[in-house]
Amino acid sequence: MNKHANADATYDMELSPEEQAMLRGEKGEAVQEAIRLQIEIAKFWGAKRMVPVTNVHIMGDMEVLGDAGKDFLTSVAAKNARAACATTTNPRCVDFAFADRLGQDPEIVGKEMQVVSLFKTMNIAPVNTCINYQTVYQPHVGEHVAWGDTGTVIYANSVFGARTNFESGPAALAAALTGRTAAYGFHLDENRKGTFLVEINFTPNDYADWGAIGKLVGEMNQNYLAVPVFVGAGSPSSDELKHLGAALAAYGSMAMFHMVGVTPEARSVEDAFGGKQPSHVMSISQADIDAVYASYNTNGNPLDLVVFSGPQLSILEIAKLADLFRGKRVKPGTQVIVTTTNGVKSHARQIGTLQTLEEAGVLILEGVCFYILQNLSQMRESNGWMNVITNSAKLANNVGAHKLNGILRKTSDCVDIALGTGA
Amino acid sequence: MEQTKAITVNRAFGDIVEGEAIVSEEGFSPRYDLDRWSGIISRPGHKLEGLSITGKILFFPSAKGGVAAGWAFHDIKHKGLAPKAFVFGVTNPVMVQGAIFANITITEGWDCVPHDVIRTGDIVRVDPQLRRIVLVSRK
Repeated sequence: MNKHANADATYDMELSPEEQAMLRGEKGEAVQEAIRLQIEIAKFWGAKRMVPVTNVHIMGDMEVLGDAGKDFLTSVAAKNARAACATTTNPRCVDFAFADRLGQDPEIVGKEMQVVSLFKTMNIAPVNTCINYQTVYQPHVGEHVAWGDTGTVIYANSVFGARTNFESGPAALAAALTGRTAAYGFHLDENRKGTFLVEINFTPNDYADWGAIGKLVGEMNQNYLAVPVFVGAGSPSSDELKHLGAALAAYGSMAMFHMVGVTPEARSVEDAFGGKQPSHVMSISQADIDAVYASYNTNGNPLDLVVFSGPQLSILEIAKLADLFRGKRVKPGTQVIVTTTNGVKSHARQIGTLQTLEEAGVLILEGVCFYILQNLSQMRESNGWMNVITNSAKLANNVGAHKLNGILRKTSDCVDIALGTGA
Repeated sequence: MEQTKAITVNRAFGDIVEGEAIVSEEGFSPRYDLDRWSGIISRPGHKLEGLSITGKILFFPSAKGGVAAGWAFHDIKHKGLAPKAFVFGVTNPVMVQGAIFANITITEGWDCVPHDVIRTGDIVRVDPQLRRIVLVSRK
């Protein structure tokens, strides 16, 4: 971060005495470089001040860090950098217990272990989850945090009424070291009001339905500052809201939504829009959702990979899957993969749902997300995978970078395909 | 004499750069759309599929999902695969944080549709201080 020498010109930001001390280097070199980066980011967005944050969530796995990112983390840790507030990590690209079985590169697996160690050195807890909002920390209304992983951000802003922007790895690390972030975007009242209305004219009954809504709304309104206001959506569960938010973020780059009567800043339509007029109205019917499912094409290739991931599964999603797989076997030649957290996997083992899934032939990975797995493209080639069947709209999108064809299906349809009892 | 072809942008960071433009009708994500080991747009069906971004000045109408850009831009810069600049119609904080961290020029917002002024293959100059993008020469 020290390459941004022009950050010394502090723009016209109001910096507190503590922030000025950071900028002068009185809190150490790592903190100085962090706040310089933050000031450059603030300058771009016209932020006038910093805002203290209570919690930071950071993405940093070898698949995305590369050697350059790992070297950077090493250099920061060597400067005695320590997180100034509670800081946790997003999923890794390796489940160390399954790295060999998945044919992952031993050299990169070793580097991933080093990255975990570097985070610990910096007082950053490697919880390796993208469902921190379900398993680690739930900020309250108005609480400022700095979270990475778009799914965590949209959940924090929308469902908790907390305040965060998308914080990429380097920006989240800077926030962890300074304990603050620049006040722009969703930290500000004026950006948190609804911008358009979405009428849900059917009853979603599967996570995939919620993801399909997110896909439709996101694709049509790609804009970070677009904030859809949903009406007619009933009373969705945490897991349903998670799939909706993850898809809105993946397809639309969105960071916030309102759901009238459900989310805290949307007690009414008027409350959600804050006196502003919606720019437009979207309606989503059962036929629209059916059309989403119909839009996928197997290209005549086998349906031999079924993945439940992106976001990681909660203990309740694991239980539902276990019910569907209980007493059955995945058909020969088909791979079924679930990703979740270490904690959820441990609970599932205590409860017995883990054994149910394992007995059915399902592979449960912890601390990872499918689409960031190290070596995924090579895994695709060596296994001859072409299609990925999933109940996650986010995953159906993200696997494209690995030349996998994502196909969104309802949860029970995914299970039927895995068992060879459906198509 | 032909009037200078220029675009004014709303926000900008980075050094002045000059290079070949790629004007995309589709948004961009370094995690979903890009092969970060070759610098080639890899997602099947992307309107720029098969094109290399290395050394180019990239015009994208929008940014798509993904917090990965923060590390990914730094990674491709160190691999020698980075573009010279990102020019976004609408971007998100991740792209900006990532570009600033990797010291890649980035801008957001434009006063006219780029395609009216600049076409893929043209040589353009991006001046963040002046918040201006100028057509230097036609393909």
